[in-house]
Amino acid sequence: MPRREATIGRVMAQIAMVMNLDKCIGCHTCSVTCKQAWTNRQGTEYVWFNNVETLPGQGYPRRWEDQEKWKGGWERTRSGRLRLRAGSRLKRLGQVFANPELPGIDDYYQPWTYEYKNLIDAPAGNDLPVARPVSALTGEPVDTIEWGPNWDDNLGGAPQNAPLDPIVEKIRDEVGEKIRFEFEQSFMFYLPRVCEHCLNPACVSSCPSGAMYKREEDGIVLVDQDACRGWRMCVTGCPYKKVYFNHATGKAEKCTFCFPRIEVGLPTVCSETCVGRMRYLGVMLYDADKVADAAAVEDEHDLYPSQLECFLDPDDPAVAAAAKASGITHEWIEAARRSPVYDLIATYQVALPLHPEYRTMPMVWYVPPLSPVVEAVAASGHDGEDAGNLFGAIDAMRIPVEYLAELLTAGDTHPVEAVLRRMAAMRSYMRRVNLGEERDESIARAVGLTGTEMEDLFRLLAIAKYEDRYVVPSAARADADALAEAHPLDDTCPVGEVAPNRVLLNLSPTRRSA
Amino acid sequence: MDLFLWGVLPYVSIALLIAGTFWRARYDRFGWTTHSTQVHESRLLRIGSPLFHFGMLFVVLGHVVGLVIPQSWTDAVGVSDHTYHLLAVSTGAVAGVAAAAGIGILVFRRFKVPAVRKATLRSDRLMYPFLLGAMLLGLTATILNSTGATDDCNYREGISIWFRSLFTFQPDYHLMSAAPLAFQLHILFGFTLFALIPYSRLVHMFSAPVQYLFRPYVVYRRRDPKLTADRAARRGWERVR
Repeated sequence: MPRREATIGRVMAQIAMVMNLDKCIGCHTCSVTCKQAWTNRQGTEYVWFNNVETLPGQGYPRRWEDQEKWKGGWERTRSGRLRLRAGSRLKRLGQVFANPELPGIDDYYQPWTYEYKNLIDAPAGNDLPVARPVSALTGEPVDTIEWGPNWDDNLGGAPQNAPLDPIVEKIRDEVGEKIRFEFEQSFMFYLPRVCEHCLNPACVSSCPSGAMYKREEDGIVLVDQDACRGWRMCVTGCPYKKVYFNHATGKAEKCTFCFPRIEVGLPTVCSETCVGRMRYLGVMLYDADKVADAAAVEDEHDLYPSQLECFLDPDDPAVAAAAKASGITHEWIEAARRSPVYDLIATYQVALPLHPEYRTMPMVWYVPPLSPVVEAVAASGHDGEDAGNLFGAIDAMRIPVEYLAELLTAGDTHPVEAVLRRMAAMRSYMRRVNLGEERDESIARAVGLTGTEMEDLFRLLAIAKYEDRYVVPSAARADADALAEAHPLDDTCPVGEVAPNRVLLNLSPTRRSA
Repeated sequence: MDLFLWGVLPYVSIALLIAGTFWRARYDRFGWTTHSTQVHESRLLRIGSPLFHFGMLFVVLGHVVGLVIPQSWTDAVGVSDHTYHLLAVSTGAVAGVAAAAGIGILVFRRFKVPAVRKATLRSDRLMYPFLLGAMLLGLTATILNSTGATDDCNYREGISIWFRSLFTFQPDYHLMSAAPLAFQLHILFGFTLFALIPYSRLVHMFSAPVQYLFRPYVVYRRRDPKLTADRAARRGWERVR
């Protein structure tokens, strides 16, 4: 548990997401439903607010993790302050006429479609009509389609493509080991990505027009379409490359966290349609006054723990009082107490942030996959569910662990190992339970948990139902509560009078005593 | 005719400029953007766009100095006519050639890169000829004037006085009828371009983001439920068919 310090600053609430990578089957349903809902328009042909990457791989846009090239996120100056990696504000304004770090359409992919009409309209003849690929941007025929949004799906073309994965390059340089992409010796997992809705968003900080903003109520980061002037600095600012430029409207667009759904208490489209049920949504309360310092700690390895320390325990009465003082309604505090996301991130500490070294304090966290380890153990003919075997394998399998550490903890392998051990212990512990054997508390103790907690974690990860996975308080209720507080019921009924303006109905949930 | 061209047209153009800017700000903020095409093509843009924009900044500055500051003022501080023109022509030539080279690259790019050509707006087709025309005519007038082909016309004794008289609403339009043809055409193209600014992508010049230097990095905003509820449908994302 993160230690709470004596004073709590300004409490803010954020709807956060956790994805359990062990359960992602790489079906791309989230990507497709998201695209159907948000980016099936002209100008956003190449845009995927949600995409699923196979790792190791280059990702989308290609090599987005290479910040030496794209200059996304923040960097710590020698004086200990944060500055956008792309440069000072003055420098960025000087580059407004041509942004040197803007990904081009080829870095994403050339969007294409097919001449389907040809299949129907072709006159009867001896030859079968064909549907040639045409560019969705220019309408001109494309000879060879060379890249797509998930071109290296399931390690397709990995011998050529995967060595160009920036993390693979880094590990190779640092560890001096070769990651093999031969079929028998490879490992892989899927990484679904949406906007991180960061606590310290670099995209918002890059916007010259001030058109991007973080919502105070739920932390969702949005682009004001009326205020955006198309300077495209946000595309560079976001280290996750999750802000896109709509080339038809000339405005920036990004994942909205499906705010119209969130506001009425529904999960995002990607969560709702997730086949593997691997997504979790819930409220995180955090101390807004701590964020700036937490993002500027010197050692990159401290970024994960420092972000963890920003989060507040909603069961702590002092936190609840501070949250109420900061204007967070009772419903939201209640939701924070039931938040599955808080449990995964803070209580059990099995979820980790994506690339904390970008210093943006991301809020979509990931439970790292244990499956590469389990499969390796099972493939070697050992019992893949035995705690001892798994613990040993986690220590021995340096490459997947190093890789996950570069992805989730700025290269620090200890937190990743701790999470994998916890997951391995859960597997072994629950197998004994399911086989009707005696509960082995020593397995739970080995990873610092009790047997009850172990079962709790298992329920959360394995069988949590819809309403356990998505705990989203509605904004409408918060509005109504706020209105009720601002206009307490009095003796006169406002509806009956001739009101000068429109009448706001008092939707106070509590009945006033007579 | 002279009265119409030099006494009426400028006001029509400025009226269109003001009314159009007001319309954009009030009813079409969604259309107010640079319409950047950098995502399609970067290599040519990285040379052409800064050349054009920085060149134009100095060209505009030069116009302001030449048109707004009366000759008597520079005479008073002891800058001789010769020195003034030497300065104006030398700095103006650098800025003007940079801007012209820049727009040359940008126009070439617009024709040659298929995706950029496809992204060309209808307003661009109207605006670009006037932008190019005004720039070329301006350069021509400057060259003719400094080679003596226009009988060494001193625009500061004619055009500048006329320009300033526009602000007092008593345009001295006779002064313009005496000006060389190249200058006359340049000014006509220029005023037409002014009228087109709010109706084309040029409108982005009014949203130069200087305030970025002074605001905090992270912007927070509250939801305003009333704003969302009362908002009538406006121009925005296209409907999905």
